[in-house]
Amino acid sequence: MGELLLVAVVAAALSGVPGLWLRRDGCAGEKSAVALVALAFVCGVIPALWVLLSGTTLTLHAPWQIPYGSLSIRLDAISAVFVLQILIVALAGSIYGLGYWSQREHPENGTRLRLFYGMTAAGMLLLVSAHNTVLFLAGWEIMALSALMALTAEDTHAEVRLAGYVYMVATRAGTLALFATFATMFLATGNFDFSLATAAVSPGAATAIFVLALLGFGLKAGLMPLHLWLPGAHANAPTHVSALMSGVLIKMGIYGLVRVSAMLPNPTVAQGAWLLILGVISGVLGVVFAIGQHDIKRLLAYHSVENIGIICLGLGVAHLGRALGEPGLVALGIAGAVLHTFNHGMFKALLFLAAGVVAHTTHTRSLDRLGGLLKPLPLTGALFLVGAIAICGLPPLNGFVSELLVYLGLFGVVDVDRKLLWLLGAFGAAGLALIGGLALACFVKVFGAVFLGEPRSEGCAKAHEPSVWMRLPMVVLAAICFGIGLGSPLLVPVLDHVVQAYAPIAAPSLVVRVPFTSFALLGVVLLGMFAAVFAWMNRNARSTQAPTGVGTWACGYARPTARMQYSASSFGEMLVGLGRWALRLEESPTVVRGTFARPVAFHSHVPEVVLDLVVVPFAERLVRLFRLANRLQGGDLNAYLFYVFATLVVVFLWVS
Amino acid sequence: MSFDLLIHLVLLLLLPPFLLGVVNKTKALFAGRKGPPWLQVYYDLAKLVRKGSVFSRTTSWVFRAGPAVGLVTVILAGLMIPQGGHLAPVNFEGDLILVAYLLGLGRFFTVAAALDTGSAFEGMGSAREVTFSALTEPALFLGLFVLVRSSHSLSLSRMFGDSLPQSLGVSGASLVLVLVSLFIVMLAENSRIPVDDPETHLELTMIHEVMVLDHSGPAFGMILYSAAVKFFVLGALVARLAVPFDVGLWAWPVFMLATLGVAVLVGVVESVMARLRMVHVPSLLIAACLLSAFGVVLLVR
Repeated sequence: MGELLLVAVVAAALSGVPGLWLRRDGCAGEKSAVALVALAFVCGVIPALWVLLSGTTLTLHAPWQIPYGSLSIRLDAISAVFVLQILIVALAGSIYGLGYWSQREHPENGTRLRLFYGMTAAGMLLLVSAHNTVLFLAGWEIMALSALMALTAEDTHAEVRLAGYVYMVATRAGTLALFATFATMFLATGNFDFSLATAAVSPGAATAIFVLALLGFGLKAGLMPLHLWLPGAHANAPTHVSALMSGVLIKMGIYGLVRVSAMLPNPTVAQGAWLLILGVISGVLGVVFAIGQHDIKRLLAYHSVENIGIICLGLGVAHLGRALGEPGLVALGIAGAVLHTFNHGMFKALLFLAAGVVAHTTHTRSLDRLGGLLKPLPLTGALFLVGAIAICGLPPLNGFVSELLVYLGLFGVVDVDRKLLWLLGAFGAAGLALIGGLALACFVKVFGAVFLGEPRSEGCAKAHEPSVWMRLPMVVLAAICFGIGLGSPLLVPVLDHVVQAYAPIAAPSLVVRVPFTSFALLGVVLLGMFAAVFAWMNRNARSTQAPTGVGTWACGYARPTARMQYSASSFGEMLVGLGRWALRLEESPTVVRGTFARPVAFHSHVPEVVLDLVVVPFAERLVRLFRLANRLQGGDLNAYLFYVFATLVVVFLWVS
Repeated sequence: MSFDLLIHLVLLLLLPPFLLGVVNKTKALFAGRKGPPWLQVYYDLAKLVRKGSVFSRTTSWVFRAGPAVGLVTVILAGLMIPQGGHLAPVNFEGDLILVAYLLGLGRFFTVAAALDTGSAFEGMGSAREVTFSALTEPALFLGLFVLVRSSHSLSLSRMFGDSLPQSLGVSGASLVLVLVSLFIVMLAENSRIPVDDPETHLELTMIHEVMVLDHSGPAFGMILYSAAVKFFVLGALVARLAVPFDVGLWAWPVFMLATLGVAVLVGVVESVMARLRMVHVPSLLIAACLLSAFGVVLLVR
């Protein structure tokens, strides 16, 4: 079984290789790449499902020649969940790529994109199954660098290069923090395996490991305020790469945090509290920033920051539970966090793929230039709606199930003896409620601006549904959202195995704590009742004599135009105003003067606050500081000769 | 049990329009008018169902799905919200989250349906609706947190049911704060004064009414009915919290009186207050959040 997983890694890594020797303008390269990713899918899904259903742990150990490292593979239930979502999203994106980034339309970079797409997936598969920190880092670096090459596929555009550069700096910094994390772990355990749990770790070292891991993994996960690379990278990458990055790549940071949280021998309440507080900050600010965006892919990217926050909330509850010795909190928290990780992978990939269809067919990503697309794109619109409902955590889809687990964990804090922790639980629950409300506002805005109303630009009128290769993956992802939402009782054994993999505690099965059956039944009832009422309405609408083909009521105004619709920017204006303290909205002042006013222009922009207002000014200052060194090193040969001479004199004087 | 179930269903499905009648009568009394008949809302509903619906050519199936989802979600929520101290027909640990999110699902579709018309007015109403309701969510959840703590249960039927009289002794002060907060949440969620004015006919200042401007016939009837049911189910929570005693056999009459009392109170608030300026509404809702938050802090003391 373990070997099968290695086959999957190799197949994914090599998926783009045959294309290197095939004709540039032929389609054999892309077909073979998809076939190899499909092979990786089959080979990887078998061991992952086996681990998830049986609860056993797969191990494979082979001596390896590279110093410090060993080919030590360990697949437990937590790893298996991540393997599963990597494979699903990678295969979905790969098939989608056949239509979205076909070799015929992109002969200049199609080969490169597929090569690095496959290697990114392979790197992720390797790192989530590694039981050795060196192997983990190898997988991590393969993933990080391949993703850089994949996301900068269109490197002829300046903004793509810039996004790639910011991503590279961030991922380098993160890797540096990980080196420090693993070095500290080595000092504590004496080996390079993930064996921290059984070691004697001093509180100082534990804190150092926790903080460094939070930094390194947080940078990859995009935890606010370490998310600075994320919006640019997600917006500028080809859509199926965005889906892979947003759906699963950033989750590698979560995977690392889960592992470290599970391994820390003496978890403290403070650590759990920090995870929880960071989760709320990331969640609320992520969605507030999302509301201010005009670019649909950038907006989706900020929602990743929000969902990472929700996952972190769950992880915080689990860590808190471990610190307090409360099996109930551990079970609800970790099950919620891991399930939400998986769910977010599904609906976020779905949303990105649907947004890609919109961008592909209308040639714009700007929300204020879209509109009315539900008519030309009925299927894509409906699938986007499914993703939007799921990401808002609304029943009966999968997002609700995982958010529910996190809620139950947060409410479970009231049964703990330490009263001050109740405040933390209340803070988390209120934060999650606010996140939910704001996410609803944001997604109703996106769905309304893009798919409802009248088309706001020429491009929208010409939109058409894409090829079956692009539709099929979206349908499958939407089906998974429905499946998890309505079939949640079937997940109980799987989630119990995840809980056991996180902390081997005597927790009662989740089925005791969570009324999955009631939720699933009510979900079915909800759909059934809706179908009945909707059918009655439609029948009734057809049978009446009411006038048809009339326009929308515009208060008596006879000639409304599409531009008079409420735009996405206006829709978010109030909430952006409420979040003004964080958003630093940039607006051009608009003054209308006189009876016959001249045309005025208005422009508003939400900058990436951490990147544009903190990191970049700091870096510029740093550059200015180093410019002083320029005076010494001006490229003038005589000056260099003088330095050599002066140094020699000083050395002689010193020696004598 | 089956008797309670029957009364629950009858009240849930039939009483709500009457409550709106009570609100209108109260307002008429304050204004010195005779007011519409008590049963006016039923007549309106009966009339609307017989009519045809006009659909703008801009709209799609989402416009028709809006009222349907709104109706279904609020009825399902009503099945889980207890009336008086009785168990709700559907109750399980965790139903409070499902209720809150079902109402969220209804809101999602109501707002989407409004945006489907492409009208700027309906866009305005939608933006206000989602903004204000996002701010009521924390108030609601903080309030529920207090009740979860005092009842040690995650089921609304237990939180507002037989454990409420005991909770009163443990955390009475918190519950008073939660009561006020929940009342504000109820006013905001049902688009009543001081957040929204259901009577106004100026599209620019409305929230809920402007969102449903383009609905007509049975679709509009469904919206009107859903709004009444929502008023009733949230009012039921407020009513129970206002009369949190164990009154034995008198439970049903007391509950009904309390619910009518809530409707009268809403009418009084509408008669003596003006609608807040739109920019001040967030302050009111944040105040509701803070009231509930104080309730939580009082628990910890």
